[in-house]
Amino acid sequence: MGRVRLWELFSIFFRIGMFSFGGGLSAWIYREIVELRGWLTEQEFLSGMALSQILPGANVSNLSVYIGQRLRGVSGAVVALLALLTAPFLAVIGLLAVYDRISAIPWAAAAMDGVAAAAIGLLLRMAIRAGRQASTTLSGAVALAATFIGVGVLRWPLIPVVLCVAPLSVAAAWPRAPKNA
Amino acid sequence: MRNDSLLALVAVFVPFSLVSIGGGPSIFAGIQHQAVDVRQWVSAREFVEIFAISRAAPGPGSMLVTLIGWKVGGWLGAIVATLALFVPSSVLCYGVGLAWNRYRGRIWHTALERGLAPIGAGLILAGVLSIFQIAGAGFLSWAVAGAAAGILALRPSVHPLLLFAGGGAVFAAAAMTPA
Repeated sequence: MGRVRLWELFSIFFRIGMFSFGGGLSAWIYREIVELRGWLTEQEFLSGMALSQILPGANVSNLSVYIGQRLRGVSGAVVALLALLTAPFLAVIGLLAVYDRISAIPWAAAAMDGVAAAAIGLLLRMAIRAGRQASTTLSGAVALAATFIGVGVLRWPLIPVVLCVAPLSVAAAWPRAPKNA
Repeated sequence: MRNDSLLALVAVFVPFSLVSIGGGPSIFAGIQHQAVDVRQWVSAREFVEIFAISRAAPGPGSMLVTLIGWKVGGWLGAIVATLALFVPSSVLCYGVGLAWNRYRGRIWHTALERGLAPIGAGLILAGVLSIFQIAGAGFLSWAVAGAAAGILALRPSVHPLLLFAGGGAVFAAAAMTPA
């Protein structure tokens, strides 16, 4: 794998930022970085994803910084973050100007919900793939289920749940680690 | 005067940046209090409108601070507010990521990465569920999301935009069809 070009990084994150409706952003990043280009391994991506969610800041901007840093250091992180935010920055300001007119058209509002639903489908696909990968071991499957039930179903606060599950999950992953390390 | 209001944007949003654990939703209530009650940058009604716009527009929901900055100081205000919210958390993330990668290959790092990966996957699944709950999604949302996921599983090369357009068209058609 050669050095990733900055303009390529910019163009990927710019497109992701521009079309990232309804929360499917991390799934799209996953698709571009892991699935299509193989710039990061699944595990690198997912652990970065966990870090991004634990740290303060929007998950997707943290994830972009993490990936940019991983691929090209400081300049990579700056480029990924700026590229991600440029289009949404212009879009919110533009939308503010036309908001009253759009929200009065019933089908336009419904279409936006539909776009959001499709975006969630993207997320669902990534969750299933990642879930399958992560639950190849029993401890992985348990950690996944515990996190999902705690945060998703019971709606407990994210940080305490992760702080409880993480040490157990890491400890369970420990004895196997030397084999491939 | 103008410099004062730009500084005020920085003073308000930088701390929010550093406590926004779990992303934008965790600080919306605090931002609303500051922007509406304390600083009176926007009215309560304007805030709701700004919130809706930031949900409808692409990008993280926390772009709502961009619009608060816009109301306070036009283009410059929007840029200052956006940077104030995104730069501090990004710098922190950069530092942590750097430390994280420096120790790549150590046994504890491998264990940590393997242990965190299923948690990341669990959080994604939880995110899917909570987005649906927030959106008050009905059958059609699940059907569109399921179909999009199924199409991607069968043909990973399908462009996401095509799926977005399809989802939008289905919803628009449903809205136009008399029940």
